[in-house]
Amino acid sequence: MAYLRALGCYLPSRVVGNAELAPMVGADPAWLLQATGIEERRFAAPQETVAALGIAAAKDCLAASSISASEIGMVIVSSGSAEQRFPGPASVIAAGAGIAGKPAIDLPMASAGSLFGLALAAQMAPRYGHVLVVASEIMSRVVRLDPTGRDTAILFGDGAGACLVSAETGFAEIADFVLATDGDFAETLRLDFDAPLHMDGRTIILQASRKLPRVIGELLDRNQMNADAIGTYLLHQANLNLITRVAQALGAPDARFFRNIARFGNTSSASLLIAAAEWWGSSGKPLRDPVVLAAFGAGLNWGAILCRAAS
Amino acid sequence: MERQKKIIEIVNRVAGKQVDPAPDESLFESGVLDSFILADLVSALEQEFAVKIPDSDLTPRKFDSVERIDSYLASRS
Repeated sequence: MAYLRALGCYLPSRVVGNAELAPMVGADPAWLLQATGIEERRFAAPQETVAALGIAAAKDCLAASSISASEIGMVIVSSGSAEQRFPGPASVIAAGAGIAGKPAIDLPMASAGSLFGLALAAQMAPRYGHVLVVASEIMSRVVRLDPTGRDTAILFGDGAGACLVSAETGFAEIADFVLATDGDFAETLRLDFDAPLHMDGRTIILQASRKLPRVIGELLDRNQMNADAIGTYLLHQANLNLITRVAQALGAPDARFFRNIARFGNTSSASLLIAAAEWWGSSGKPLRDPVVLAAFGAGLNWGAILCRAAS
Repeated sequence: MERQKKIIEIVNRVAGKQVDPAPDESLFESGVLDSFILADLVSALEQEFAVKIPDSDLTPRKFDSVERIDSYLASRS
């Protein structure tokens, strides 16, 4: 058994509204809002690193739990925008959060990384006790903030989220999950060395529009549930229209899909945990369960997790 | 040609427009399709032509014009 025990997040203080971003990329602020549904996003300060954001989110999560850093048995960190090839940010985040001598694993998967991290944590928790999952991204440094990078630059923001998965207890049990990968489309969304983020947006949207509802449907089918039985949907905040499309495809009430992309943009793998932390800190209490978490991203990797209120 | 007429009907229905594109006209460049409408178009094509379009074929290039959609459907029948 494994449970979601606490959530936390960190958003850099610098707010970048459409009025500031639009001239950089040669766009009109009104068009930018219409095209993305994003009103503002956060940009990390020059001295901030992926690890620094992750440490802040990890500390926020631990502060929201009754668990101390010394009790953590494992750390799993997702980031697609880390500054160096190796080591990834996991070891630095673990050290910065005061977690010494415990395994810290990197998942350089980008958008679906935090979902995969939660699923792995659910499997690892019975052995390691408390597993801290962190996702941290500085996307503003991997896009071109000029007219040549307009189509990607307008989508992304920076931030970090964290979730404590425990074997003992928590507010929701991780009941089941489905994960999937399709490497045939690996080229469509990638971050090469010394090059900005490459995204074939049309292919990504087309693939995500089919794969996300399908994987959620598969998860629900094998748990003998229908989409209307789910109290809350927490999705990777990739695109406002995509979330709406997933709701329509599932035939689930749109209001059950949590959204905060308008304020933070797409923070890649961090978005799922930032959304979950915001939801848990406000509208998530009392828990409207069952809860489905789902994400799709580079790889292609995608999946869904089913959580039920802990009894 | 009958199939191309049917394809244009479906494109108009899912796009909510009334257009009569040339067979080789890019439906993206002319603003008829966007990423999300394309997803709806693929689902509508599956229903109308009773074909299953696998994820491996889900690339915008295959559905960029009436001619390309026609060729793709011919390859599936």
